[in-house]
Amino acid sequence: MPFLSDHLLLLSILAPLLAGVAVALAPKAAAKPLACAGFGVPLLLALHAWWYFDVVPHDHGYAFLTAYPTGLTGLGIALKLGLNGLALPLYVMAAVVGLAAGLYALQSGAERLQGYLALLLVMHAGLMGVFASVDVFFFYFFHELALIPTFIMVGMWGGRDRHYAAMKMTIYLTLGAMLSLLGLIALYAKSGANSFDLIALRETLAAKPLDGAWQHRIFGLLLFGLGTLVSLWPLHTWAPLGYAAAPSSAAMLHAGVLKKFGLYGLLQVALPLLPLGAAEWALPLAWLAVAGNVLVIGFVAMAQRDLKQLVGFSSVMHMGYAFLGVACVAAAPASGAGQAAAGGAVLLMVAHGLSVALLFLLSTSIWHRTRTFDLDAMGGLAQKTPVLAAFFVAATFASIGLPGFANFWGELVIFVAAWKFSPLLTALAVAGVVISAIYGLRAAAKVFFGSPTGAFATVAAAHPPADLRWAEKIPALLLLAALLFIGFWPRAISGPLNAAVTTLYPAAAAVAAVPAPAARP
Amino acid sequence: MPITLLQTLAATNDWRSIAPEIFLGCLGLALLGLEMLLPKKEHGVIPFAAILGQGGLLIAVLAGFHHAADGPAMKTFGGLIQHDRIGEMFRVFFLITAVLVSVLGAVALAKQRMPKTEFFAIVSVVTAAMMLLVQSNHFVMLFVALETVTVGFYILVSYTRTNPLSLEAGLKYLITGALSSGLLLFGIVLLYGVGGLNGLKGTSDSAMNFGALQNFLAQNPDNFLAAAGIVLVLAGVAFKIGAVPFQIWVPDVYQGAPTPVTAFLAVGSKAAGFAVLLTLAQVFSAYAPLVTSVLGVMAAATILFGNLAALSQGNVKRLIGLSGVSHAGYLLLGVIATLHGQVLAQGAVIFYLFGYLLASFAVFGVMTHLAGEDDADQRREHYAGLGRTHPFLAVVLAIGLGSLAGIPPLAGFMGKLLVFIVAFKARLYWLLAVAVVGVVLSIYYYFSWIREAFFEEPNDPGATRQPARTPVGLIPGLVLTLLAAASVLLGFYQGGLAGIIGLR
Repeated sequence: MPFLSDHLLLLSILAPLLAGVAVALAPKAAAKPLACAGFGVPLLLALHAWWYFDVVPHDHGYAFLTAYPTGLTGLGIALKLGLNGLALPLYVMAAVVGLAAGLYALQSGAERLQGYLALLLVMHAGLMGVFASVDVFFFYFFHELALIPTFIMVGMWGGRDRHYAAMKMTIYLTLGAMLSLLGLIALYAKSGANSFDLIALRETLAAKPLDGAWQHRIFGLLLFGLGTLVSLWPLHTWAPLGYAAAPSSAAMLHAGVLKKFGLYGLLQVALPLLPLGAAEWALPLAWLAVAGNVLVIGFVAMAQRDLKQLVGFSSVMHMGYAFLGVACVAAAPASGAGQAAAGGAVLLMVAHGLSVALLFLLSTSIWHRTRTFDLDAMGGLAQKTPVLAAFFVAATFASIGLPGFANFWGELVIFVAAWKFSPLLTALAVAGVVISAIYGLRAAAKVFFGSPTGAFATVAAAHPPADLRWAEKIPALLLLAALLFIGFWPRAISGPLNAAVTTLYPAAAAVAAVPAPAARP
Repeated sequence: MPITLLQTLAATNDWRSIAPEIFLGCLGLALLGLEMLLPKKEHGVIPFAAILGQGGLLIAVLAGFHHAADGPAMKTFGGLIQHDRIGEMFRVFFLITAVLVSVLGAVALAKQRMPKTEFFAIVSVVTAAMMLLVQSNHFVMLFVALETVTVGFYILVSYTRTNPLSLEAGLKYLITGALSSGLLLFGIVLLYGVGGLNGLKGTSDSAMNFGALQNFLAQNPDNFLAAAGIVLVLAGVAFKIGAVPFQIWVPDVYQGAPTPVTAFLAVGSKAAGFAVLLTLAQVFSAYAPLVTSVLGVMAAATILFGNLAALSQGNVKRLIGLSGVSHAGYLLLGVIATLHGQVLAQGAVIFYLFGYLLASFAVFGVMTHLAGEDDADQRREHYAGLGRTHPFLAVVLAIGLGSLAGIPPLAGFMGKLLVFIVAFKARLYWLLAVAVVGVVLSIYYYFSWIREAFFEEPNDPGATRQPARTPVGLIPGLVLTLLAAASVLLGFYQGGLAGIIGLR
C-alpha cells in the first residue's frame, strides 16, 4: 500500500482533525460514529506503523519520512513527518490513550457533548502531530494545537475552580511554551542550518557544534521552557490544580500524552544537539528532579485528601524519575549508561502515560459512584464494585512500578543508569518509590476497603453504587492491556528504541540495559 | 519660470501610476454627490456604493498586482512618489482595510441617529492618502499625505457628535496630532536645512528627496543637526504608531471614537506609520546605531507599557487600544531588525501586519455587533455568555483574540514567530526577553475576555444595562467568516502571502 505508507503520518493527524470539524458541524446522530472514527483511525495507523517499522525503508533513522511544503521553505520550515525509534513508542502510546480518552468521553454524557468531542479530537490531532514531526517548528506548533483545546475544555467542562485553573494553566504553559520557542529560535538562528528540520540541524551541528556558552544558554532556555510544560519542580503548581479541575478525558490526554512533549523535546532535540550545554545542566536538573519532584511532591501527595489532586501530584512526582533519566543522559550522553537512561526515560514516559490516564479515568468513575473525591469520606467500595476495585488496584501497582507493568522497566533502567551518575541521588529516588507505594496503597485502601463515613455513608446505603459498565471497561481494559503487554514484553518497543538511542547518542559500546532488539516480522 | 522647466518637471507625471488613489478620491466625491442627488430615503445605497467601489478597486489592484509589483521600482512626479513592491502591497492592505471599515461602518452607523453618508466618503479619501503616504519618496509628499490622513481622522474620531466622549477624543487627537506634526515638521526642516548647508559633503538643493537625503547622510555619518532631525522625525512617526512615550492619546481616542474608526486607527493608521518607518529606516541607514537605540528603547517601553496598562482595563475599546500599543512594540523589533541587515525583516513586518489586520477586524467586527447606542461604553461584562447566545460571534471573537495573543495555529502566531526569528538573527536578545514577558502578560487580558464570552453565564438582560446585541446580517456575517477563516488558514499555510512578501 504505497499511498498508505507515504501519507500514513499525515492521515493520522488529519483523521482526528477533520473528524473534529465534522463532529462540530454534523447533526447529533452522526456525531458519535464520526468521533469513534476520528479516535480509532489513528490507532489503526499507529499499529500499522509499529508493525511495519522495521520493514519499511529508513532515511536518517526515520521511517515514513515525508515532507509537505507550507510556503515558508525559504525560512526552512516545512511540514516534515517521520518516526524514529524514539518517537515510535510515544506515537503509539498517544494513539492508545487517545482512543481510550475518546471512548470514555463518548459515554461521559457531558453537556454539549459535540463541542467537547470536537475539541478532544483537535487535541488528539495535535498529539499525533507532536510525535510525528521531524520539523522542530511543527513539533512546537502541534503542541500548541493540542494545548488550546485543553484550556477551553478545562474552562467549560471542568469541575471545581475551573476558571481559576484554566487561567493559571494558560499563563504557566504559555510562559513555558514561549521560553521553549525562544530556545528553538535560538537553536535555528545559531546553528546556521537555516532550517527547522531536525535532520538538517543534526547534520549541521554534527559538522560544526555550537560553542559551549551558547549551548549552555539554549539548553537552559529549553530545559526550563519545556520543564514548565512537564511540571518540573518548582514550576509545577499549575499541574495538580489543572488536573483536578479538568474533565477526565482532557486530563487523560494532557497528563498522559501532551505533558510528555517536554521530555520528548529534551531527549529528541535538545540533548543530541547541545551535549556540552546539557552536561552543565545535568547536576542541577538531577537535584531538582529528585529533591523537588520526587521527594517534596511525594510528601505533598501523601498529605492529599482529594483523590484527583492525589493523582495529579503523583503524576508530577513520577515526572521526576523521567527527569532523572534525562539528567543521566545529559551527564554522559555518549556512554552506555546515558543511552540506557534515554531508553528508560522513554519507556517510563510510555508507561506513565498509560497508567496516569487509567488512574484519571478510574477516579472519575469512582466519583460517579461516590459523588465525592474526599478519600476520608469514601470506603468499602470493593464489595459493591469489585471490578472497579481490581482495575484501580492494578493501576496503582503499575504507577508504583511493580514488576509486570511497563513502569517497572522504565524505573529500573533509570535507576541502574543513575547509579553510575550519583549513588546518593539514586538512593533518594528509590526512597521515592516507597513514598509512592504509601500514598498509592493508602488511597486504594481508603476508597475500596473499610467502611464509608459522613455524607457518603447515607448515600451509599440508599443507592448502592453499581460496578463498571462496559462503556467504561473497554477504555480501561485498553490501557491496562497496553501496560501489561509492555510490562511482559518490553522488547516490543525497546528494539526500535535501542537503535534510535545508539544513533542519537553514539557511543563506543552500547550496553544491553534495555533488552536487546528481537527479530520481528 | 521658463516653460521648459515646467515641461521637464511634468515629464514624469505619470497619472496612470496613481490611478487607484485618483479613483478613491473620485469615489469620495461621487458619494457626496449621490447624497445630494438621491432623495433622503434612498440614502441606504450609499454604504453599498462605497463598499462596491472600494471592493472593485481592490479586485482591480489585485488583478494588476504582479504587473505592477514585479516591474522595476519606478519614480514618478519628479521623484515625489516611488512605486515598488512594498508600496503595491500596502495599497492592497489599505484597500482591504477600507472595505472592512466601510462594512463595520454600515453596521455601527445604523445604531446612531447621525448622518450616515459622509463617513464613507471620508474613509475613501483617507485611504487614498494612506496609499500615497506609503509610496512617498519625498518629505513634502510624506507630510502632505500624512496631514490628509490626520485631518480625515479628526472628523472620523469625533463623528458621533452627540457623544461627549467622541468629541473629547476628537479634541485629544487634534491636539496630540498637531504636536506630532510639529515635531515631524521640525525634524524635516532640520534635515532639509543641514542637507543643503554649504561646506558639507554630499549636500543637495533637494534634500527632502529621500534618495538625496540618504546620500547626504551616508557622507556625513555623525552630524549633530542631522541626528536631531532624525530623532524628531522618528518621534513624529511614533505618534502615529502609538509607541511609548507618544502613546498617551491612544486609550482615550480609541474609546471615544466610533468602533469602525477605532479599527481604522488601530489597523490603517498604524500600518501606515510602520510603512513610513520601514522606508525611513532605509533612508536613515547611515545613522543605524542612533535609530536602533532610539527604536530599541521605544520598543521595550512600548511592549511593557502596552501590556501592563491593558491588564487592568475593563473597557474593551481601551483594552484593544493598549494591546495595540504592545503590538506596535513587537513590530518595532522587526523594523530594528531591518537596520541590522536582515533581508527577511521587512517581509516579517508586513506578514505581521496582515495577520494583525485579519485578527483586529475580526475582534472589532464582533465589538461592533455588541455595541449599543453609547459606542464608548463597551465593557467586558457585556460579553458574558456570548458563547451561549451568539456562538458565531463568540467563535470569531476567540479566533481574533487568539490570533492577537499569538497562539498557534493562527496567523498572529506566524507573524510573531517571523518577527522573533529576524529579531534573534539581529541579536536583539534583551528586546526578545521583553517581548516574551509581554506575550505572557497579554495572555491574561486576552483570555479574560475569551473567558467572559465562553465560561460565564449570560447576564439577565433586564438586570444589567447591557446593550442589545445586534443580529448578524448577511454581509457582515460573510465578512467575519472570511476574516476568521483567513486567520486560521494563514496559520497553517502561509504559501501565497509568504511568496508575495518574499519569504519563500
